[in-house]
Amino acid sequence: MLIRSLQEEEVEFIFGYPGGTVLHIYDALFRQNKIRHVLVRHEQGAGHMADGYARASGKTGVALVTSGPGATNSLTAIATAYMDSIPLVVISGQVQSHLIGTDSFQETDMVGVSRPIVKHSFLVKQAKDIPGVIKKAFFLASTGRPGPVVVDIPKDITLPTEVSEYVYPKKVSMRSYNPATKGHSGQIKKAASMLLQAERPMIFAGGGVVQGEGSDLLTRITRMLNYPITNTLMGLGSYPGTDRQFLGMLGMHGTYEANMAMHHCDLVFAAGVRFDDRVTNTVSKFCPYAKIIHIDIDPASISKNVMADVPIVGPVIPVFEELIQLLEVQLANKNVAKSNAGTLADWWDQIEGWRNMDCLKVNSDEDSKIKPQHVIETLFEVTKGDAIITSDVGQHQMFAALYYKFDRPRQWLNSGGLGTMGFGLPAAMGAQFAYPEQTVACVTGEGSIQMNIQELSTCKHNDLPIKIINLNNGYLGMVKQWQDMQYDGRHAHSYLDSLPDFVKLAEAYGHIGILVDHPDDLEPAMKEAFSQKHRLVFLDVKVDPDEHVYPMLVAPNGSMQDMWLRKGVRT
Amino acid sequence: MRRIISVLMENEAGALSRVVGLFAQRNYNIETLNVAPTEDETLSRLTLTTVATDEQTEQITKQLNKLIEVVKLVDLTEGEHVERELMLIKLRASGAIRAEVKRTSDIFRGQIVDVTSNAYTIQLTGSSDKLDAFIRSLSEAVVLEVVRSGVSGLSRGEKVLSL
Repeated sequence: MLIRSLQEEEVEFIFGYPGGTVLHIYDALFRQNKIRHVLVRHEQGAGHMADGYARASGKTGVALVTSGPGATNSLTAIATAYMDSIPLVVISGQVQSHLIGTDSFQETDMVGVSRPIVKHSFLVKQAKDIPGVIKKAFFLASTGRPGPVVVDIPKDITLPTEVSEYVYPKKVSMRSYNPATKGHSGQIKKAASMLLQAERPMIFAGGGVVQGEGSDLLTRITRMLNYPITNTLMGLGSYPGTDRQFLGMLGMHGTYEANMAMHHCDLVFAAGVRFDDRVTNTVSKFCPYAKIIHIDIDPASISKNVMADVPIVGPVIPVFEELIQLLEVQLANKNVAKSNAGTLADWWDQIEGWRNMDCLKVNSDEDSKIKPQHVIETLFEVTKGDAIITSDVGQHQMFAALYYKFDRPRQWLNSGGLGTMGFGLPAAMGAQFAYPEQTVACVTGEGSIQMNIQELSTCKHNDLPIKIINLNNGYLGMVKQWQDMQYDGRHAHSYLDSLPDFVKLAEAYGHIGILVDHPDDLEPAMKEAFSQKHRLVFLDVKVDPDEHVYPMLVAPNGSMQDMWLRKGVRT
Repeated sequence: MRRIISVLMENEAGALSRVVGLFAQRNYNIETLNVAPTEDETLSRLTLTTVATDEQTEQITKQLNKLIEVVKLVDLTEGEHVERELMLIKLRASGAIRAEVKRTSDIFRGQIVDVTSNAYTIQLTGSSDKLDAFIRSLSEAVVLEVVRSGVSGLSRGEKVLSL
């Protein structure tokens, strides 16, 4: 019944791990061939794979875990998906109904422990409810502001002898759940006129534009207005990263020009963002001269951290479409088009001045050390900017975000909200399952990769030709950077002693491992790795441990124009 | 400022824990809470009081609305409303104080709902302030036990919270 329901939802992959309470489900899976099951090595990996699959493809990812430890192991992945609004359905086994509450073997109150990190959850009470619950679960996960949905199913409910009538609902409607389907026209009109009147406008787009498939329309708006645009970490790819109008990422490790432009602009056109503290720095000093237009599908995101002057609740596509219509009419009127041309040119001049600072330039005075930034630049060149890149969390994540230019949405997959180390490899696997022909690379560090390294075995099992770029500096680099900057260089437990030989480790798992420890070897090794079309290659790149990620916003109490630009140099 | 938020939600297992959990998770406070099914047995009505600024209240109501089981809600304190709380209080009532307790209860329009030779159980309804005042006015008496329902309320006039 469950498997039939999943087939109706056109599920291609289930990422899972069997156990006592899901044995009936696994038996049903075994006796069908429409859905492919991927056996992981740890349930956290299953969750991240489903998540990576969802991020790359836009479809809902599905994970299947057993009760107790299987369920709790999946929690970090659920929280990761929740923070980044990723559509996920996690099916967890539960002990038999009559044992619930008795502390029986492998029992955990999954609905309870996952409650604060799910969009919604269900405990299935009877077999005949399964189709309806699955329908609702997929509907909730993928509509409105997407998110993970947990379906907890006691073992007796999936008993094959428990036969009940199977009816898969065609439609689902819930009186208590009606996400907005379009924006408020009056507000959109107001936004259009503010956009045209602005002297120093900024377009500010986030993960919501990627999730809402609004990237093409956003690009049209940005180009027709010739306004500068910046992306959040989650929004990278929603506008072509190589384009002149793109100022780079903003925020904690945003570019100088993006942060300066945000601070000095007089209008922020924000779409699919949530004004996270990693963007705003000190909220009271955020965008002091700007009016704020804020488009989001989730009303609770609007005016949560930063008050919006023009809030627009709705999905980005219809809102953008309506806005484009209005702008086209207005811009056809030459007077309107001309009226702000002069001030806009001044604004661009100012921005180009900031851009000329070349804040991402790296001084490579020491020839013998590999600069992590240079690794990412080489990765960009070797992959011609076309690979799907996933990352873990830390310095390497910021280097990847800043130095790889993402030209299309769903090309950059990372754990932005929760900041989950161990996300990169399984997410890359999910993406590779979604797009077997695509080049998929995971940028990671020697800290993060060890948090889900067991999935190298799953990669071998499924012949996934992922490329792993391990920026190995022997330190938990981001922790070390903060310790350098704020704790007088006391490196409390940020040095990773006794690291494994990653080349041998990769080989032990049946893959190719390549060590790179000199700058001259970098490009050839990278080319060699990517020429291996059918093999996973683990590039262990020994990078300069003293590199910091810059720019970096000054915290606490700084605004967005307060940045460290290099070691000891601030604005 | 004190708020009374009244929530209409699906009468389903787990719905209440989501509401209560939301308050803990987002660092809002709950002063009082009560919940019971309505005349439509598929719906429960939950009333809670909290202390919050306007901005916090906006976030609280938005976050509550995001919960899938929440159908509708209203901040009663935004408009004119009627609010009531029920209290049952058991007092030691013997000797000279026995008559005094009875008199005070009458002044507050309480009803004595259970009597023993040494104790009165008094039922009192009214605003939370009135219930507080009653307890204060009995400073001489020994309070044995108090149970309060938490605030319930409805908007004044013809405004209703319904489907």
